[in-house]
Amino acid sequence: MVTRTISFTLNGRAVNAEVQSHHNLVEMLQSQFALTGARESCGQGLCGCCTVMVDGLAVSGCLFLAMRADGTEVTTVENLATPKTLDPVQQAFIDCGAFQCGYCTSGFILMAKSLLAENPDPNDDEIKDYLAGNLCRCAAYPEIIDAVKTAARNTKPA
Amino acid sequence: MSGTVLTGGQVGRSLPRLEARAKVTGAAEYTHTMRVPGMLYAKMARSTVPHGRIKSIDVSAAKAVPGVYGVYTGEDIKTVIPDPYYGPAFHDQPILALGKVHYIGEPVAAVLAADPHVAEHAAAQIVAEYEELPAVFDEVEAAEDKVLVHDELKPATTFADLKHLKGRKDTNCALDFRLRRGDVEKGFAQAAHIFEHTFKTQKVLHLAFEPHASIADYKDDGVTIYSSAQGPSFVRTEIARLLGWPENRVRIKVPFLGSGYGGKLYIKMEALALALSMLSRRPVKVALTMEEVFFTITKHPSTFKIKSGIDKDGRVIARKCEIWWNGGAFADIGPRVTQKSGFTASGPYDIENVSIDSYALYTNLPPAGALRGFGIPQLVWAYESHTDMIARALKRDPLDFRKQNLLREGRPHATGTILKDAAIEKVLDTIAARLDWKKPFERGTGTVKRGRGLAVALKAVISPTTSVAIVNVGGDGSCTLYCGTIDMGQGSDTAMAQMVGEVLNMPAETIRVVPRDTDVVPYDMGTLGSRSLFHMGHAVRLAAEEAKAKIAELRREVGEPDGSNAPLADLFQKKYGMQAGNIVGTGTYKPDYIPPEAGTGQTTNATPFWMTAGAGVEIEVDTETGHVRILRLINVADVGNPINPRIVETQLSGASLMQLGFTMFEKMHIDNGQVTNASFADYKIPGIHDVPAIMENEAVEAYQSNGPFGGKGVGELATFGVSPAIANAIEDAVGVRLMELPLTPEVVFRAIRAHNNMPLGDE
Repeated sequence: MVTRTISFTLNGRAVNAEVQSHHNLVEMLQSQFALTGARESCGQGLCGCCTVMVDGLAVSGCLFLAMRADGTEVTTVENLATPKTLDPVQQAFIDCGAFQCGYCTSGFILMAKSLLAENPDPNDDEIKDYLAGNLCRCAAYPEIIDAVKTAARNTKPA
Repeated sequence: MSGTVLTGGQVGRSLPRLEARAKVTGAAEYTHTMRVPGMLYAKMARSTVPHGRIKSIDVSAAKAVPGVYGVYTGEDIKTVIPDPYYGPAFHDQPILALGKVHYIGEPVAAVLAADPHVAEHAAAQIVAEYEELPAVFDEVEAAEDKVLVHDELKPATTFADLKHLKGRKDTNCALDFRLRRGDVEKGFAQAAHIFEHTFKTQKVLHLAFEPHASIADYKDDGVTIYSSAQGPSFVRTEIARLLGWPENRVRIKVPFLGSGYGGKLYIKMEALALALSMLSRRPVKVALTMEEVFFTITKHPSTFKIKSGIDKDGRVIARKCEIWWNGGAFADIGPRVTQKSGFTASGPYDIENVSIDSYALYTNLPPAGALRGFGIPQLVWAYESHTDMIARALKRDPLDFRKQNLLREGRPHATGTILKDAAIEKVLDTIAARLDWKKPFERGTGTVKRGRGLAVALKAVISPTTSVAIVNVGGDGSCTLYCGTIDMGQGSDTAMAQMVGEVLNMPAETIRVVPRDTDVVPYDMGTLGSRSLFHMGHAVRLAAEEAKAKIAELRREVGEPDGSNAPLADLFQKKYGMQAGNIVGTGTYKPDYIPPEAGTGQTTNATPFWMTAGAGVEIEVDTETGHVRILRLINVADVGNPINPRIVETQLSGASLMQLGFTMFEKMHIDNGQVTNASFADYKIPGIHDVPAIMENEAVEAYQSNGPFGGKGVGELATFGVSPAIANAIEDAVGVRLMELPLTPEVVFRAIRAHNNMPLGDE
């Protein structure tokens, strides 16, 4: 098996990683950077629990080969908050009770952020369409829709 | 949704979850993503036949794979654990198959490697040969005992409510629960109308997004197991039993659970991780893939034959229930599902003559256990469909017919236990009011027809069970709670902290709930069956009350006047001359219970509290495609006094949407014992587009008089009524009656065609 050193930007910091050709992005983030916010669940890119942003685009980290991260800018859910502040999307998820077990929450938050970057004022149908690739077995969907709308309100320019 | 905020200001508050920040920042830890230094990964080779004797297992090719640390079979396990069988009701599940395999997917051998991909690759090289035996898959056929899944059944006797299980031979029936009240045959003889129907439910599964994971780190003087477990106390008991050790050498640690819904109860991958750690002398992680979860634990498929006798005035005077539960290859907790659901199989109705027979059956399928409702959703599916069919046949309004027969406060239930604090009628009335039931309903036009339906249910919570809690107030006045309830998303940490805060007059968000670790957290029977808020709630309340009494004592001891508001830290300062000391309160709760009499199921105390809930729906059916659209889903429940109204609402909403999946499309497809759709690509669960356009959730005003702060359990309630309410609405819309789940467009379309005397050709 081939091992290669790749270089990329992770949450704003230049980093290197030793990866083998079959390792996926989630494995690399968990094993080499102790970032466990992106988690494998279905292993088929269908549930969205492993969502990671690569060069500004949401990818399924369980299907995205780690080597492909070479030279990219990778952002995970861990990059959204500071010790004192939360991103408005994170705050809205708390305020609206938009999660139960929390396993899928990172993926929903990254996708909701991505949606709001493209469409600052989405309606219910636009939210559902955009988030249709993320699943929540606890089925906190009504609260998630609510949270996205709340975040949209709270991030609108005054 | 709102509740009564109590004087301490904590109970009744819609406080966000205590762990909310950890969950939105990605910091929340789950076993599936945990690592321990030096850890090896295990991957399993699994049985390829549904029933067979193992002739040989060739592990040589797997051993030869570079990077493989070791390959182990059931025989190897016996060298470290001589009697390697486990289970909560029967010790019937081998850690790895021994002698026989019982279903396709049963673990037969395990490979260890530092790289999980190496282990997976090697596990695929293991070749086992079997002498195939005849297999049985259907629960009703299994009851004929022509094919025996197990040669002998060995009861576990661990749990107080399952002490009566007997060692049996020559049967697939792990437990048959009987209830007899009045004389059902006499009732039928007196009846003006008799109705008999048979309903079936399909095989579905929990699919918690965090697949099962356990890491065992075995040392000669003790073992630590990190696990995605809903009941660490039971895991500890079972691991200690397998080792022949006292429990204090076994430590079970449980971080957050990527939910459970009953699928992570009792013992799952823990024993395998333990055995592999003993054999390899290394920490071992067993973390399933989602595909493997389909071969680990499922919900019980069921067949329910229900017969009712109705007198000339429309009263149900006799009901006979026979239920066959398809438990799969290992009993897991099927006997409890069979017994506990058997209690209430006749429904929330006041019926003089009742006969119930409920059978837990082994089959050659992946094992079945508890799934959000302990069998109740399967029963309600049958009895509320049946009730509707009777009402329609008698040309009675389904609401009025139910109300005429409803079990009311103070009346004996079929078990003989008097109904108390179960707002069945209020639940039903609230659903009807929200549906404007008595007003004309728009029936749709053209090929799209509209209908509506409702259903109401009753459950007796499991008993007897015990919870223990510790409240610890430190020298600075801050408070820590030790309780074994697992927070898997239901918000128990928050609710428990609210109850402690209510007693000690502290904001709940300042109270720390210690992560689950059996070395420090006291006993709890398990996070299951909606028992925790009631049982652990009481234990937590008692612990806090004891701490409060000790604080008052300390106040007097240091000379503070009665009614003094001096901060707690000052009291400790005065007593110890510095920030030091603790006040520890403990609480233990075990409700009274009288076991049901063998043979009749009669008891005057079947349950510490009743659970009741129901659903109402408005739907439209496209008669050209069979598609059913849920326009409106109403969930109404008696939760007693809601401790945290917002979390209660998300529990009701989430449970009903989960049941919507089990109702409309979820199904494990099985071909000669082989699950053929074991992935999210082929097994659909509810997504964001499946949420009905209108969802309403309501907790009726209620108070559980013997509950902590008037509260009781919530997690399962909104699963109960969904399936029959939808089937009832489909009949209301298009006149066809469906008696087997799921209600897919194909099933609906075929039924419509058959109803119109144009059945589809291939039937």
